[in-house]
Amino acid sequence: MVRFEDVATNYGTGPDILHAVSLHLSPGSFHFVAGPSGSGKSSLLRLMYLANRPSNGRMTLFGRDVEGLTRDERAMLRRRIGVVFQDFRLLKHLSVAENVALPLRIAGRREDKVREHVTELLAWVGLGDHFDDLPATLSGGQQQRVAIARAVIGQPSLLLADEPTGNVDDRIAVRLLYLFEELNKLGTTVVIATHNQALVSRFSHTVLTLGGGTVRVEPAPDSKARDAAEGSMA
Amino acid sequence: MRRRPADVPLAKDVSDRFLPWLVAFMVYFVALAAISATTMHKLVERWDKGLSGQLTVEVPPPDPGVSETERRGRIDRVVQILSRTIGVEKVALYGDEEIAELLEPWLGSGLAEQDLPLPGMIAVTVDTEAPPELAVLAEQLDKAVPGTLLNDHKRWLGKLLDLARSIQIFAGAIVLLVGSIAVMAVVFVTRTGLSVHREVIEILHLIGARDPYIARQFQRHALGLGLRGGAIGSALALATILATGQVLGPVESALPPVLSLSVAEWGLLALLPFATAVVAMVTARLTVLGTLTRMP
Repeated sequence: MVRFEDVATNYGTGPDILHAVSLHLSPGSFHFVAGPSGSGKSSLLRLMYLANRPSNGRMTLFGRDVEGLTRDERAMLRRRIGVVFQDFRLLKHLSVAENVALPLRIAGRREDKVREHVTELLAWVGLGDHFDDLPATLSGGQQQRVAIARAVIGQPSLLLADEPTGNVDDRIAVRLLYLFEELNKLGTTVVIATHNQALVSRFSHTVLTLGGGTVRVEPAPDSKARDAAEGSMA
Repeated sequence: MRRRPADVPLAKDVSDRFLPWLVAFMVYFVALAAISATTMHKLVERWDKGLSGQLTVEVPPPDPGVSETERRGRIDRVVQILSRTIGVEKVALYGDEEIAELLEPWLGSGLAEQDLPLPGMIAVTVDTEAPPELAVLAEQLDKAVPGTLLNDHKRWLGKLLDLARSIQIFAGAIVLLVGSIAVMAVVFVTRTGLSVHREVIEILHLIGARDPYIARQFQRHALGLGLRGGAIGSALALATILATGQVLGPVESALPPVLSLSVAEWGLLALLPFATAVVAMVTARLTVLGTLTRMP
């Protein structure tokens, strides 16, 4: 699904934000990206959703080396990735429904199918009553749910969420994580960047910990136990 | 769901207000320049057609003191030469009153009674298929009555043709210049739009939009602006043509059919807004695609 081999990245001519990052995310896996502010969590995600290019190393996405991709190929790969941005990045002039419908319209889906999916999804995230509202009229939590709905409507193979719980209270944060787990159970690979250590501890998933420009992969506690159990059974 | 707005909110840009008017004035000037060139062409064509096969012979007045009989004799000699020349179909002598009437704008009225020496004027119609050798004829006439002039109108018509061609070239240059300015204006507005809406475009890209999808947003907008501007410009040009027609109406018999357009020309005028819109649309599309290629 996603493979990094000694990948480095920077902004412009600045120093490397990340260097020598190697990791592999298999299809259907669930990962947290943890680390203090400025450790490069967003930069790692930006590489994954093809907003930045590696300055060094090799990165493959869905089996394709991202270096040689044409603009069209990059666009087609991005359609397989759902992104929940830290600042939501909703289009202010479009209604909630129009924002959520964007990925399907861009992909050229039939209008009746678009409406059907948008209606379903807005009901699923509890915003069925806000169809025609503009994002500015919604609370932070509601905007976040719109952003999530937009990210998942295209049934992406890879879902990336940058601090999705940053603007909500703990109760909503937990609900959001359950929502991401539901998607993961449907086969979507999920990567969530967060600095909420309590949340990371509460859910049992692999953690990619960033620090000093590199990443350390920590298997989920449960999976360690499961591995141990499987090892003892063998 | 409400009526779907564009993904890139270009309709709220300042350009949405000024570009249609800019396009309108450009279309107006292009339309007028094209109509002027067409009218001039028609005018010259009509004069050329009307004057082809027509010659004027001017017999100079005799020296003072020469009798009227001698004056008549000079003119008769010229008429006789003309009448027997092969290729001359008709010879018509202008009477003194007709000549006085022709000269009235310059010399005032009552010329025929003032005993001024008037030249003899002869209108000659020649066979356009087999015209006489004009140089030889002119020589014969000058020999018979020294100073006789044979005017085939080519000289002043040639100058008029030169003028018409100059006007056409000038009009063509105006069309090209104004068209180029219009294209540059669309390029500028499109680039400004790309810059202003950079964030929205980035989001669309990250959601999976290909460059042609973004370009479609801009080209649709440019098409609308072009249509609006083109329609306003064409309407203004139409009003100008009709108003000019009204003003020139009383003197139209003196002037050939100035500003009288054919059905095809009216059709072209009607197509102008659409042509403008298409040019604006294609320009916007190419600008967006060219600019996005340079973006990360």
